[in-house]
Amino acid sequence: MNKLLTASELDQWRQSLLKERDPARPLVAVCSTTGCAASGARAVLDAFQSEMAAAGLDHTVALKATGCHGFCERGPIVVIYPQKVFYQRVKAEDVQEIIATTLRKGEIVSRLLYTDPNSGEAIAHEDDIPFYKRQQRILYANNGRIDPTSIEDYVALGGYSALSKVLTGLSPDTVIDIVKRSGLRGRGGAGFPTGRKWESAHAAHGEPKYVICNADEGDPGAFMDRSLLEANPHSVLEGIIIGAYAVGASTGYIYVRNEYPLAVKHIGLALQQAREAGLLGKNILGSGFDLEIKISRGGGAFVCGESSALMRSVEGRVGEPRDKDIHATESGLWDKPTVLNNVKTWASVPHIINHGAEWYSSIGTEKSKGTMVFSLVGKINNTGLVEVPMGTRLRELINDIGGGVPGGRKFKAVQTGGPSGGCIPEELLDLPVDYEALTEAGSMMGSGGMIVMDDRTCMVDVARYFLDFTRDESCGKCTPCREGVQRMFETLTDICAGQGQEGDIELLEELGHVAQESALCQLGKTAPNPVLSTIRYFRSEYEAHIKEKRCPAGVCRALIHYFVITDKCTGCGVCRRNCPESAIAGEKKQPHVIDPAKCIRCGLCADVCKFGAIGVE
Amino acid sequence: MDLTKVDEAVQRNGADPSMLIAVLQEVQVAYNYLPKDALRRVACLLDIPPSRVYSVANFYRAFSLVPRGKHLIQVCLGTACHVRGADRILEQLERTLSVNPGGTTTDQQFSLETVNCLGACALGPVVVVDGEYHGRMTVSKVDGVLKAYRSGETSAASGSEAKAAAEREAAT
Repeated sequence: MNKLLTASELDQWRQSLLKERDPARPLVAVCSTTGCAASGARAVLDAFQSEMAAAGLDHTVALKATGCHGFCERGPIVVIYPQKVFYQRVKAEDVQEIIATTLRKGEIVSRLLYTDPNSGEAIAHEDDIPFYKRQQRILYANNGRIDPTSIEDYVALGGYSALSKVLTGLSPDTVIDIVKRSGLRGRGGAGFPTGRKWESAHAAHGEPKYVICNADEGDPGAFMDRSLLEANPHSVLEGIIIGAYAVGASTGYIYVRNEYPLAVKHIGLALQQAREAGLLGKNILGSGFDLEIKISRGGGAFVCGESSALMRSVEGRVGEPRDKDIHATESGLWDKPTVLNNVKTWASVPHIINHGAEWYSSIGTEKSKGTMVFSLVGKINNTGLVEVPMGTRLRELINDIGGGVPGGRKFKAVQTGGPSGGCIPEELLDLPVDYEALTEAGSMMGSGGMIVMDDRTCMVDVARYFLDFTRDESCGKCTPCREGVQRMFETLTDICAGQGQEGDIELLEELGHVAQESALCQLGKTAPNPVLSTIRYFRSEYEAHIKEKRCPAGVCRALIHYFVITDKCTGCGVCRRNCPESAIAGEKKQPHVIDPAKCIRCGLCADVCKFGAIGVE
Repeated sequence: MDLTKVDEAVQRNGADPSMLIAVLQEVQVAYNYLPKDALRRVACLLDIPPSRVYSVANFYRAFSLVPRGKHLIQVCLGTACHVRGADRILEQLERTLSVNPGGTTTDQQFSLETVNCLGACALGPVVVVDGEYHGRMTVSKVDGVLKAYRSGETSAASGSEAKAAAEREAAT
């Protein structure tokens, strides 16, 4: 394509793209990002390609491999526009029927529809599904409509109009003022006001200045940044370019997790396209503003999500954090003024520029503005990514959007904020989710991961799990984190193994408070949160492990045993044949017995039993 | 040892110390691990001390200083997979392969690794073999998955995906 030399050339390009596109033309959108691809979306896409060609529809119907629609539980997802017919768990074998019924006759294939488990009603259109109905999608609005590898798709939907508006009429000060007034806060978790960060980097002395996009999404159970980079990379890029203009940076970095190959590919492609279109490089849209952006792939270290460690990693060094006495906005990457923001923070910027600070600040709560993307995962019916206004109640998120806990089990807690966060019990479900409310509850916003737990989840085991994680990911630079977190982990391991002692809970609390006070970076300071919050809300569960040597949830291996429920056992022998330790004995068609002395509690017997005849207590 | 691939990696990225991690990533892809001689060569070409190259290679999880097996098994230990029983899947793999996470089987067939969340939480617990996702794993499915790779009957992609989809269908 030709390089765009001015903002009006961008407009002309958009107009010509729109002229070519008929909004009434049917479009088949197949979600093709990591979640759905893992469920077999590629085969579905291939089937559409060949079957549509065979049916002679390839010129009248458009086919797109789109980004994430968010409802990962139901993947592979196919949406047919303009009616927005929503088909779920589609297989390659279903494609012929979709073509014959929906594309040819305009009728619905009812067996592929989503059925609301509460009403039992099959729902045909995406917007009517409870999972989507209650969301307010701003960042994710176009995820299911555009091909992430096509800059034309982004531009046709108004992409880069915010950049053009900024470069043709807004001074850096005005842009910073708009972002400040919008109330946008960092979406990486800590919630620092974005406008203020930009302002101090703008005012700082030292050249060159840098902007960095933190896409090192390390919190387990969080994948919204990956999803956005995979689904709409240009929206992130546009935000970074606007930010770089506002702070006066000439170089940018996108630091992306190495475990996200598709995100790396899509953002790399987006950079190349933007460069070719003249939206990156020298004299962008004739404004005299120059910017280069490079990709830096992470090496798989959780601590590199911390801003100062991330900058060391971009420099090609070991990712160790440093003390925050000096702000990165004054001395960051290569000791130059640097603005680092999360993927979602950057992607919010074009929307704020296009619709205004007042519009943005009208969404959300008093101190937390805009929308937030959460990943609902764990023991929940509708696993997926949801975007809701700040201040949405946890109950609405988990029950109404998430569809509640599966298998008729009881909700126990929701863990937010990843390894830095905490567990929130049922009595706090009416909590409106914003930065302050979550911190007050002993957790934190973090990157937006929400792991739902039911009554079969052991809170001591969960605390131990997170400490095992932080202990492993600790860079080892400061003692409270390197030694303190390790000691806490050992104490929790003892408790889970039935070797807990009186005073262990108090010891955990003391060690936790010391690490909170004295660790060098946020990883260490927040590492005790999962322990302290579970002690705060589930103390009795710790006590059951320590005093009664009992795991109420039936998880901690040393404190449970498996047994055969005699009434249910048909004596089929499947468990006996599968037991790795030959711990199960029994005659054919007679109830079997597990020898507790040989049993290693691997749970394989419970897995393979078709009659639910293996119990655990 | 043939180090031309190291030279090529440096050429592509530029002989700039800040490109160290990117260079090591390419070297790892080329040799399947980071051989000692390759690290020395990188240090020489980027003009930095070998100790710094070693510390970076040692710090990041993505790098391996020992040769890896023919197939790479990654067990996701993200929170969503954990609460759905990922540790039992890992144990079954350890038992079956007689190898600990980070290790490689004596026949050099499999390397076993753990990862902290692959973001495929809807499919948890997830095991990824050579980049192919095996979702909704159970302890009893482990042997079947290993067998498919061991006998080399897989490009498992389509097979395992279709199978996973079918199983999901059966489960609903």
